Amino acid sequence: MKKIINDPADVVSEALRGMALAHADLLTVRQDPAVIHRDDAPVQGKVALVSGGGSGHEPLHGGFVGPGMLDAAVPGPVFTSPTPDGVQAAIEAVHGGAGVLLIVKNYTGDVLNFETAAEFAAIEGTEVRTVVVDDDVAVKDSLYTAGRRGVAGTVLVEKIVGAAAQRGDDLDACEALARKVVGGTRTLGVALAAGTVPHAGQPGFTLAEDELELGIGIHGEPGRARLPMEPADALVRRLVDAVTEDLPYTAGDEVLLLTNGMGGTPQIELYLAHGIAAELLAARGITVRRHLVGSYVTSLEMQGMSLTLLKLDDELVDLWDAPVRTAALRWGM
Amino acid sequence: MGCSTEDLVAALRAAAEVVIDHRDELVELDRLIGDADHGENLRRGFTAVVSTMDGGGWSGPASVLKAVAKTLISTVGGAAGPLYGTAFLRAGAALDGRAELDAPAVATALRAALDGVLARGKAEPGDKTMVDALTPAVQAAEAAAAQGADVVATLSAAAGAAADGAAATVPLVARKGRASYLGERSAGHLDPGARSTSLLLTALATHAGGAR
Repeated sequence: MKKIINDPADVVSEALRGMALAHADLLTVRQDPAVIHRDDAPVQGKVALVSGGGSGHEPLHGGFVGPGMLDAAVPGPVFTSPTPDGVQAAIEAVHGGAGVLLIVKNYTGDVLNFETAAEFAAIEGTEVRTVVVDDDVAVKDSLYTAGRRGVAGTVLVEKIVGAAAQRGDDLDACEALARKVVGGTRTLGVALAAGTVPHAGQPGFTLAEDELELGIGIHGEPGRARLPMEPADALVRRLVDAVTEDLPYTAGDEVLLLTNGMGGTPQIELYLAHGIAAELLAARGITVRRHLVGSYVTSLEMQGMSLTLLKLDDELVDLWDAPVRTAALRWGM
Repeated sequence: MGCSTEDLVAALRAAAEVVIDHRDELVELDRLIGDADHGENLRRGFTAVVSTMDGGGWSGPASVLKAVAKTLISTVGGAAGPLYGTAFLRAGAALDGRAELDAPAVATALRAALDGVLARGKAEPGDKTMVDALTPAVQAAEAAAAQGADVVATLSAAAGAAADGAAATVPLVARKGRASYLGERSAGHLDPGARSTSLLLTALATHAGGAR
C-alpha cells in the first residue's frame, strides 16, 4: 500500500481538517462525531437534507453540502457507515423547524445506523423521514441479497431534492420527490482494479490484466461477474444494455446520463465512455437531455466507472438546472 | 455457581481483548467477501468497551450490558455496531433487576440477544451471518441450563455451538450483508460476523467463572 497518509486511523479526521480550510466560506466541519454542515445552518423554515455513509467516496457526501443541495453530511470511517451519534448530531445542527430528510444508500450498515438515529430524533420530537437510494441494477434478485445497493445515482437524488428543499417544498413533497427520483434512477458499474482501504492495506480484490469485474458496488466489494477485458465500445454497450433493460428506459424517454469515475479513472476515459453511451442511447431513441461526467461517487482509487440513467420530466430538469453551490458541484450561483 | 456483576465485567473486558487481538483475522475474512472493515470496526468498538468497563458503579448485570451496548452503537458503525449493540441492549434488558447471573438467566439473555439481532438485521439462519453462530448458541445454552448446568458450563455449551455454527457458514451462499452481492462466489469463506460471535462467546465462557 502506498498512500499519502499518516496513521490509517487518522485519515478521515485529517482529511476533514483540510476540507474545512479549503471550503471555509461554505462549510462548517465538526470532529467527533464528524459532521460537515452548511455554515449558515440551520436554515429556518427549510426542510433539511442530511446524507452520509462511509468515507472514501469523495466528493460524496461532504462535497455536496451547500445551498441547493445537502444541509449536512455525516462521514463515517473509510467504507464504514457513521454511528447514530453522528447522524443525530447532524440532524440537530441543521434542523430548521421544517423537518429533516435522510438520504441513505442501501447498504446494511448505513440503513441500520440512520434508522437508529431517526428513532432517537423522533423521540426528541424532530420530524425525520428516510429515503433509501437503491439504484444498482447489478443486484437482480433482491430476495437473495441485502437488496439493490445505493451507488452513483445518490448524487442525482441529492441535487434534485436539494433544489426542491431550497425553493421551499415541504417535507412531504421532498420525500415524495426523492422516492420519484430513486424510482427513475438506475446504475451499473464496472471495475478494472480495486481500491485499497487504508486500514486493510491491500486491495479489496485483485484482477488480472485481462479481467474486469462487472456490477461492482462502491466499497471495494467484488461484483457479480468476472469477465474478460474488452474495448470501450463493447464495455459501454454492456453497461447501457443492462441499465436500459432494467427500468426499462425506452424510445421517447428523456434522461440524464451520468458517467461516473470510481476514483482511479482519468476524465479522458470518462468522456470517451460518455460519448459512446450517449450514441448508443440515441440509437435506441432515448434523448439525453442533461449530462454529468466526472468522479462524483468514488471508491477510493478504484479504477473503473459506472453509468447512471435518470428518467427526466420538465420538473426534474428545472430542479437539476437550479443553482447549486457546493465544494464539488456548483452552477448558477 | 453464579456469575457476579464483577465477574461479568471481567469477562466482558477479557472478551473485548480477545476481539481486539483478532482484528487482523477479522479484517482478512471480511476483505475476502465483504469490505474489509469488520475487524477494524470491532477493534475500535471493543477498545471503547474496555474503557467503559473501567468505569465502575454498576448496579447489576443489566447496567453493564447496557453500557456495552451504548458503547458499541456509538463507536462501531457499519452493520456490526447496530447488530452487536442491539444484542447487548436486549440481553441487558432481559436481566433487569437481577443482582447476579445464573444459568437460566444466561440462556434468557442470549435468547433476547438473538431476538434483537433477528429483528434489527432481518437475517435468517442460513443467510451466512452472525445469526448462524448465535442461533445454535442460544439453543445449546437453553438445553444446558435446562439440564442444570452452571453459568460457565452453559456459556461453554453456547460457545461450542457457536464455533460449530460459524464453521458451518463456510459453504453457505450469503443472502444478507455485503457478502450477499457476491452470490455463489461467497461460498467457501467463513463469515466474519459468525466468527466474531464465536470469539466473543468463547471468551465469555472462558472468563465467566471469575478468578475462583
